[in-house]
Amino acid sequence: MSGSATPTSSDDLAAEIGRLEDAAREGVAAATTLDELRAVEVGVLGKRSALTAVRRRLGGLDDEGRRTVGKLLHAAVEAVQVAVAERRASLEAAARAARLEAERLDLTEVLPGAGIGHLHPVTQAMRELEDLFVGMGFTVVEGPEVETDWHNFGALNFPPDHPARDEYDTLYVRYGPPGSTLLRTHTSPVQVRVMSSEPPPYYSIMPGRVFRSDTADATHMPVFHQIEGLVVDRDITFAHLAGTIDAFTKAYFGGDFTSRLRASYFPFTEPSAEFDIRRPDGTWLELGGCGMVHPNVLRNCGHDPDEWQGFAFGFGIDRLAAARHGVDDLRDLFTNDIRFLRQF
Amino acid sequence: MKVLLSWLRDFAPLEGDPVALGEEMSDLGMAVEHLQVIGEGLEGVVVARVLATRPHPDADRIQLVEVDAGDGRALQVVCGAFNMAPGDLVPLATVGATLPDGTEIGRRRMRGEWSDGMLCSARELGLGGDHAGIQILPRDLPVGAPVAEAMGIGRDVLYDLEINPNRPDAMSVAGVARDLAARSGVPFSLPEPLVATTAPDRVRSVTVEVEAPDLCGRFTARVVGGVAVGPSDPSVARRLTLLGMRPINSVVDASNYVMLELGQPNHPYDLAKLGGGGFRVRRARMGEALVTLDGVERTLTPDDLLICDGDDRAVGIAGVMGGADTEIDATTTEVVVEMAWFLPISVARTSRRLRLRSEASARFEKGTDPEVIDLAHRRFAELLAPSGARLEDGAVDVRGQLPERRPVRVRTARLNRLLGTDLDARRIAGLLAPIGFAATVVGEDTEVTIPSWRYDSSTEIDVVEEVARLYGYAAIGRRLPSSPRAARLTARQRERRRLGDLLTSRGLSEAMPLPFLAPGDLERCGLPGDGIEIANPLVAEESILRTSLLPGLVKALATNAARRNTGVGLWEVGHVFRRPVADGEAPPLPDERQQLGVVLGGSDAPAAVREWWAVAELLGLRGVSVVNGPVPGLHPTRSARLVAGAGAAVGAVGELDPQVLEAHGIGERVGWVELDLDAADALPRDPHAFRPVSVYPSSDVDLAFEVDEDVPASAVEAAIVAAADERLASIGLFDVYRGPGIPAGRRSLAYRLRLDAPDHTLTDDEVAAVRRRCIAAVEGSLPASLRG
Repeated sequence: MSGSATPTSSDDLAAEIGRLEDAAREGVAAATTLDELRAVEVGVLGKRSALTAVRRRLGGLDDEGRRTVGKLLHAAVEAVQVAVAERRASLEAAARAARLEAERLDLTEVLPGAGIGHLHPVTQAMRELEDLFVGMGFTVVEGPEVETDWHNFGALNFPPDHPARDEYDTLYVRYGPPGSTLLRTHTSPVQVRVMSSEPPPYYSIMPGRVFRSDTADATHMPVFHQIEGLVVDRDITFAHLAGTIDAFTKAYFGGDFTSRLRASYFPFTEPSAEFDIRRPDGTWLELGGCGMVHPNVLRNCGHDPDEWQGFAFGFGIDRLAAARHGVDDLRDLFTNDIRFLRQF
Repeated sequence: MKVLLSWLRDFAPLEGDPVALGEEMSDLGMAVEHLQVIGEGLEGVVVARVLATRPHPDADRIQLVEVDAGDGRALQVVCGAFNMAPGDLVPLATVGATLPDGTEIGRRRMRGEWSDGMLCSARELGLGGDHAGIQILPRDLPVGAPVAEAMGIGRDVLYDLEINPNRPDAMSVAGVARDLAARSGVPFSLPEPLVATTAPDRVRSVTVEVEAPDLCGRFTARVVGGVAVGPSDPSVARRLTLLGMRPINSVVDASNYVMLELGQPNHPYDLAKLGGGGFRVRRARMGEALVTLDGVERTLTPDDLLICDGDDRAVGIAGVMGGADTEIDATTTEVVVEMAWFLPISVARTSRRLRLRSEASARFEKGTDPEVIDLAHRRFAELLAPSGARLEDGAVDVRGQLPERRPVRVRTARLNRLLGTDLDARRIAGLLAPIGFAATVVGEDTEVTIPSWRYDSSTEIDVVEEVARLYGYAAIGRRLPSSPRAARLTARQRERRRLGDLLTSRGLSEAMPLPFLAPGDLERCGLPGDGIEIANPLVAEESILRTSLLPGLVKALATNAARRNTGVGLWEVGHVFRRPVADGEAPPLPDERQQLGVVLGGSDAPAAVREWWAVAELLGLRGVSVVNGPVPGLHPTRSARLVAGAGAAVGAVGELDPQVLEAHGIGERVGWVELDLDAADALPRDPHAFRPVSVYPSSDVDLAFEVDEDVPASAVEAAIVAAADERLASIGLFDVYRGPGIPAGRRSLAYRLRLDAPDHTLTDDEVAAVRRRCIAAVEGSLPASLRG
């Protein structure tokens, strides 16, 4: 047996294990790459390593020596394995750090591209208002922009040649007999279309584009947008009109805004009123017109005014949209300069 | 319509803060557009006598005026007006005074000449609008006295009111006072004029013939004798001035004063000059002409009503304006005053046709009070009485058709049901009485007689409005109605919103061009110039309705290009208007449709097609195909129509014609997408029915075909899709190649087909079978061959 050729003492082996462990640790510490570390690992812990050779020599020791030195050997191998693992972790971290460093980017070099597009401020205001009234149970109804004289005036209780027509600066179009066809001057003709096409009750708003023969300036446009409201049921009162206007005021402008109604005149409502919005600073905004639907309008649409009654209101949207964004010239809304449109 | 607080107080003891009174007027429907405090800040303005005027040595537009401000010393003032002569009395703002508009008067040097104060116009004194020259003061004022004291200018308040068409009563100072008195709970009265009368004499010979009783409901003439034409009493002149009328002479001023005070327009004629000594009221003959007071010759029609003299010579257009040659002058001693009631709609029609608005027409077209005429005659005479004028008893009074005034039954229950109030008949009658609506309680209801000054009012609802107005809108409660339905935007409205959201998320902003075009705009965009015209455009630039969204969006792009904004992408959803193509009777309205337009600055046709596919996917319009071909306005070889099935085009896609771009000064390529949304609404939509997503591995098949250039890729794709069965999960064109290896006139189209099955992994045989079918279909139906 080979053991008998070179008898070994426990102490000698223990000392050798100590030396081997120190050497292995030095080798591991000296590895500077993961590949080197792998080679070192094979050299100090592999089958042909000196530590593995020591294990074979344990057989030459007595039981006591085998147990003692065996423990020492086991501890040394474990210590070297830990050293390898630690070194590997450290080298891997360094490699990852180097890789990441190579990928470093300055994210402030990235500027906004074309970006998203923007809805027109009037459309945004329109949507807000629609949502608000839908929330109050109103449907949204649209109608044509070119209208008959009947829908725009006649059915709304404007007799031909009535001076009230003068206030509307109507643009007529060359279609059909002269004076028969026009660009609607308000969204009220949609009331007539709604009330003529389906049975009451009506809880609707009618947003849309309207036209006046007006020279464009900071506060007037020949084209603008209105929203019309119509509520007709069996017992809708003037009080409901006032309540609706006030609820709208608070929902749209804010809880600290209030509203008032002032006597006014429109051929298609009676009693009629202007409605004003009071800002928290005490100033007033004249917003729109309203009133109880005139019995003649109900009759013109085929309804008995003793059975059905209700209110209508209407106001311009463009000025609200402009005011909300601090735009003080309405013409800016229709110039379509992208630098303007992008801001909303 | 202007009113003075002091004048209102002639009829009712209106007290309180003038601003609060203004609020009441607004609340009652007479909106205060402007409130001006008069007679304040006139300290330091004195009556001065003009001694001499001479030119400024270094300036043409100002002169040097020497005035005596009461101490006999000559003061030199530099003045920009030239309407004064030596001897005139003028208001002088002395050094140290501050005028109502805040101007501080100092001793100033103007172009080298010293000015010791400033001569003032009526406006500068806050006494009315006249700024044409220095206000010349009445000659009997003491020189040196403060102007306010000398002219009896107390503190007063001038209200400028907006009067609605349904308030004929509020077209007079007295009418406004009546409304305010009712609101304030103070008595209102029209004082009886103090006027000396004489026995009927000249009035007996005045003839009045009314040939159009349908248009002239009442025509009266009375005679005032002993007239001495001169300047009006300063208090009269001052009120006229403040209300915006220029004092002329005592007779004309009295006429205007009566109109402003009582709302009754009237016309004084010099009896000596009145041809035929009477009047004839008749329709004008076609083409009959009359020179009105403003010096303009008016050509009339039988719709217009004329006032003629006894010789049938036209002296005025009824209710609108008098003729030029009947004016009162200094020699007038006897005046015949005409006061009438004309049919409002007739006056309105004439006034509108002649584009001639006057203080009289503004009142007549709302409907004057036919019964105030008698009082107005007496009031006119009273105003002239101080100079010795006397009213002859007796009047020529011809009545035609006046509006009937039948009592109106006002149902209390109906009134409360409309207003949401709980008023009883007595309360209703009480609210109405102060404004002259005489209400008798009949059971639960009231019978209401409408006063003669409310031509606008004739039905129950009119009376309900008066009750609401006087009760106060603010006093009516507020309640919220509750809709019986759950409301929601319609599918179409929701889709429009999603469309807008899609386009904005794709980087395109919403534009809002005006829908009006100028002549030539359509042609400049390569479109037929057949837009419907506006009959009465303000400017040619806004005289045609758009038939397409293209011109507006191209103009928007051109505006941006001119401002160095390039690469701009815009969209619009808007209406276009076309003459309907219809057989037989024309429809009542033009063909109006809602369209989508997308304009892509700096993008080419393929980019536009990609936008279209995004829109098509959102709207579920997979059945709409892109069909190459020319489209007006678009690049002839880079455009396509969007065709639904075998039907007509519902839109177009491509690039704008370079000629169109050049005409608009746009130097980049511009992509274009247009979709008729109304037409799209009618198309079948992708129902988004569920197709199971396979969990088994899919197989890809690549097929490259060599295809004639004139065969669109969409045809190849359609052939493949038709030949593949439901195993085709997706298809993509991944390469288009022209060049070596491909003959001229052909190109290679390489497709990748992804195949799968819901329940198993496709076998090689299955995949091969699909491949074979696709190749056979393409090669069999198109001039195409599989590349090796």
